[in-house]
Amino acid sequence: MSGGGFFAIPRIISAAIFAPVLAAVVSVNALADGPPKLPRGKGATCVEPLDVMRRNHMDFLNHERDLTVRGGIRGRKHSLVGCIACHAQRDGHGDFIRIDAPGQFCHACHEFTGVKMDCFECHAAVPDTSASHAAAPPFVPPRRGGYGGETRP
Amino acid sequence: MPAHFHQLKITAPEYRAALAVLLALAALGYAAAHYMDAGGHHITGMNNRVVWGIPHVFALALILAASGALNVASLSSVFGLDEYQPLAGLSALLAIVLLVGGLLVLVLDLGRPDRLIVALTHYNFKSVFAWNILLYTGFIALAVGYLYVLVEPGARRAGRVRAAGMLSLLWRLVLTSGSGAIFGFVVARPMYHAAVMAPLFIALSLALGGAAFQLVAAALARWHGDYLDESVLARQARLLAWFVAAVLLLTAIFHLTHGYAAERRAVERFILMRGGVYTALFWAQAGLGGALPLALLLAPAPGVRRLCAAAALVVLGGFAHLYVIIIGGQAFPLPIFPGKTVTGGFYDGEVAAYAPSLPEFLLGLGGVAAALLLLLAALRVLPFMPPPRRARQRG
Amino acid sequence: MTAPANRKRRKLLAAAASTVAAAPGLRLMEWAAAQSDAQPVTAATRWGLLIDTDKCAVDCDACVRACNDEHGLTGTGRPETDAQWIRKVTLTDEHSGRVTSLPVLCQHCEQPPCVDVCPTGASFRREDGVVLVDKHTCIGCRYCVIACPYQARSFVHENLTAQKPYSPRGKGTVEGCTLCVHRIDEERAPACVEVCNSGGGDDCGNGALLFGDLNDPQSAIARRLKSAPSRQLRADLDLNTGVRYENL
Ligand code: HEC
Ligand code: HEC
Ligand code: HEC
Repeated sequence: MSGGGFFAIPRIISAAIFAPVLAAVVSVNALADGPPKLPRGKGATCVEPLDVMRRNHMDFLNHERDLTVRGGIRGRKHSLVGCIACHAQRDGHGDFIRIDAPGQFCHACHEFTGVKMDCFECHAAVPDTSASHAAAPPFVPPRRGGYGGETRP
Repeated sequence: MPAHFHQLKITAPEYRAALAVLLALAALGYAAAHYMDAGGHHITGMNNRVVWGIPHVFALALILAASGALNVASLSSVFGLDEYQPLAGLSALLAIVLLVGGLLVLVLDLGRPDRLIVALTHYNFKSVFAWNILLYTGFIALAVGYLYVLVEPGARRAGRVRAAGMLSLLWRLVLTSGSGAIFGFVVARPMYHAAVMAPLFIALSLALGGAAFQLVAAALARWHGDYLDESVLARQARLLAWFVAAVLLLTAIFHLTHGYAAERRAVERFILMRGGVYTALFWAQAGLGGALPLALLLAPAPGVRRLCAAAALVVLGGFAHLYVIIIGGQAFPLPIFPGKTVTGGFYDGEVAAYAPSLPEFLLGLGGVAAALLLLLAALRVLPFMPPPRRARQRG
Repeated sequence: MTAPANRKRRKLLAAAASTVAAAPGLRLMEWAAAQSDAQPVTAATRWGLLIDTDKCAVDCDACVRACNDEHGLTGTGRPETDAQWIRKVTLTDEHSGRVTSLPVLCQHCEQPPCVDVCPTGASFRREDGVVLVDKHTCIGCRYCVIACPYQARSFVHENLTAQKPYSPRGKGTVEGCTLCVHRIDEERAPACVEVCNSGGGDDCGNGALLFGDLNDPQSAIARRLKSAPSRQLRADLDLNTGVRYENL
């Protein structure tokens, strides 16, 4: 849990100890040469104009979250899965690196601006590479209102 | 006649020792919460069958005791018993700190304590838990208001004190019913789903809170200078005896009605006869935490020592009682398939295992320590200590 | 989102508009209308599952394995705290000795006790009848686990890694069967239903699970429920469960 909310008192202790140490390390490495350089996403453009994306991505994500979780609307352009699919990088062996790992896309900026988020405690931080879902079978609509049971003997 | 309250003055060396122990316990509780938060709840004894463990027993005991600790303030301000007036401030202060301690334990045990703010911004009006959040905050606000009118000078003071006392008396009856409803409204579990849960929790709160107040008042009297009149002590003993008797009676009603209903007989057999640790604790709280203190209290001329011994037994008994209700009620399997023997699945049909681990126990104990530390700190800066008896007799 | 699905949902929209607008704290309609033609699920559909215990084999746990695979529920060697969204139980009647085998999972009640007790509203019932946890607002109090009559919810007891992208899970929140909403929103059957109805290999192919829309009188599940007796677990609680059992 890295949310570090107002009431998570125990974390204040660890923060008090580790923050100065971290800050020293970070300021040497990052602050010296301004905002971090970000790996470029896949494709020509992002899902929104660049300046809008930089400023408002958290709002898009929050809206998308409620649409999906409460309304069952999926796979649209502001999906978090989508961000990762386009923005995750591979390492020397061709394996994906967690998008929230130090220096990676969702981490570099946030580290620089001091934003903390807990999304990747739950959400997968690398694109889906499992066979069944990476290459989802072409969708065949089943007969209306019945699934599976239609094949019952 | 406004009472002349004092601030707490330290005169005894035991006070410093007590302070050190409390500080150490609070620090341990705090560390335990951090450990649980970092590692997850698998380091506790809790599991997917028993999701509420010893922290919840501590939290509920503290919350119920908070409500009962206000007895003395009610006796003085609502029922007009003047000999209790010097103790009214201490009573309200103790109520506040016990509630804060209980809530602290409850919050630090959450899976996501960092999201507590969500509990304030997202509110489900159908949830008994959510009602309780309002009841707790309201209780603290009312008790603070009561303390304020208690020391505030003014011509209409007596009327305001009575009004504030009355309001907090009614509020805490609702609050304890609300705590009972957390369990009483759970239709899924035969152990919990019972209307008698609300009065039982009220009686438990009166007994637990009365006993807690007795112990705290006696300890402070030793350190600060004796302020407990004989008449107050005798009345305390009689009152506590009534509350303990009420708990015993309601417990008997609870289990008799359950034993009468066929679908609940299984869980009754479990609690009363075959439940191992739960059965042992049940009879221990009924005997050592109920009948024995009742006898101690009813025997003629109870001195401070006997009263305190009885109060300590009542506190331990109340704690054991809550353990049996909260954890025993979860350990017993859910009656999903009446008339069938269930095997396989997720320990279906089996009594769930639960043994508290050290961190969760320390978290609960830390809540008690934090409450008492808060009390001592508040008493040092706020004038709510009753004046010593000698001073009063002279004055 | 496929064309037929959208057409179906759009058609139902007019009738259900008022219900959706009343959904707690949401303006789904506005967002959806402004951003794309995808529409939120509506109460015109109610997803349900019919389990024929006669066809469910005692030694088969293919549905449990399929669920664990689909959602990345891996064991830690501490079964008491491991997540369990669906489990197989064997019942022996205390009088007749008849043995039945069946899966138990979230029953997707119409009147879910877990939703009633949740202090933050994180436990909720989707318009189409699926009972879910919004893990973004779950504070981990576990009251829903206490309140569920079916022991169908799990609390995540430790830090997790390598979650499935379409099934995020994390420490300190409560979870349970989602009826594979990520699949049914794309008109695919839940993982357990799929495996139970396919044959060969590790799959069981017993065809004990029938999934569909309870509100559509033409659906296989609605016709089956109309023609043959079935029952709800804990029917005495009157929760109108979306999961029903035959031959129990
Ligand atoms: C405790 C676990 C948890 C955490 C933490 C969490 N989510 Fe989610 N999130 C979920 C679950 C579960 C879903 C539902 C997935 C589904 O129904 O397919 C979801 C769905 C979403 C979706 C819609 C699906 C998608 O991929 O677009 C978005 C957007 C989203 N979350 C954003 C966030 C953001 C942003 C954060 C961090 C601020 C976050 N979540 C933190 C569990 C979590
Ligand atoms: C189709 C692939 C794609 C998807 C999906 C996508 N992005 Fe991007 N994103 C890009 C590209 C390409 C750029 C660089 C655009 C440029 O330089 O004009 C970019 C740029 C950005 C930037 C600005 C980075 C900078 O240099 O300052 C942010 C922030 C960003 N994306 C966030 C997101 C988020 C959050 C999501 C998910 C809601 C997302 N992106 C989804 C391709 C994508
Ligand atoms: C161009 C820099 C940049 C990049 C790249 C970036 N972010 Fe952000 N993000 C920010 C800033 C700055 C904020 C804080 C905005 C504020 O507080 O108003 C923020 C805030 C957020 C928040 C809200 C956190 C909170 O609790 O307030 C979420 C969620 C978030 N970002 C998700 C992402 C995700 C997911 C990615 C990777 C796909 C990403 N961001 C990449 C700059 C960036």
